[in-house]
Amino acid sequence: MPTRNPTPNSIVKSLLSWLRLSSYPVSTMEKADAKKASRLKAMGLVFSCTIFGAAAQLLMKIGMTHFQPHPIAVLTNLPLMAGYALYGLNTLLLVLALRDGELSTLYPIIALTYVWVTLLSYTLLGERPNSFKNIGITAIVIGVAVLGRGERK
Amino acid sequence: MSPLLFRSMLLVFAASVVGSFGAVFLKKGAARLDGTLLSFANSRLVLGVALFLGSSVFYTLGIRGGELSVLYPMVSLGYIWTLLWGRLFFHETFTRQKFLGLGLVLLGVIFVGLGGS
Repeated sequence: MPTRNPTPNSIVKSLLSWLRLSSYPVSTMEKADAKKASRLKAMGLVFSCTIFGAAAQLLMKIGMTHFQPHPIAVLTNLPLMAGYALYGLNTLLLVLALRDGELSTLYPIIALTYVWVTLLSYTLLGERPNSFKNIGITAIVIGVAVLGRGERK
Repeated sequence: MSPLLFRSMLLVFAASVVGSFGAVFLKKGAARLDGTLLSFANSRLVLGVALFLGSSVFYTLGIRGGELSVLYPMVSLGYIWTLLWGRLFFHETFTRQKFLGLGLVLLGVIFVGLGGS
């Protein structure tokens, strides 16, 4: 007799189907709306990923400023471990969101991470801004956006 | 450029190469996912994750010795390797837009590197 209790497999399945953003019910009228909604959902998800991703970078950098090459010291390095955890979770979320979203719209959003990291480095880490860095970041962001457009099917 | 910054850049460079191979194996592994927990334990996915972990070791050792505003943008070099591996391992085609994007990323990384002290 089939049970309704969630098993590990069913949890994974429902998580995957929630993240598979485009597989929604299908009357022709609802189809367009659902598509638009899932696209917005993917964009929102990826946007928050850029902020978490930048925060992870900052935490890792802060953690590495008092790095000691000793296993216990590394494992008890709170900012570093928090940075790793955030980075890992973020990567997983991003990969799942990218699986079904439109790459050409999501890539430019992902590239925002470079902007956040640079701004946070300037403001919170006291690193010096200069025009080489700013021009470089601009070129990278545009480059990543163009790469995303090149992926359009 | 100080030797310390050069060493840091080399480490981040290595991280971008190792990480791009991680992406290759993640893609190969992801093709075998069928929504069950057990399918996550396939060798390619595990190797992909291991390469990502290895890449982050290189990366974190790298960012120790330089500015984050210089070293983090170098991660975008990974896009270039990924494009190469996509062509090599998955027979993805190069388009003019991919070349343009690749050139801009490379140019950006060079500029950011020049801005490093």
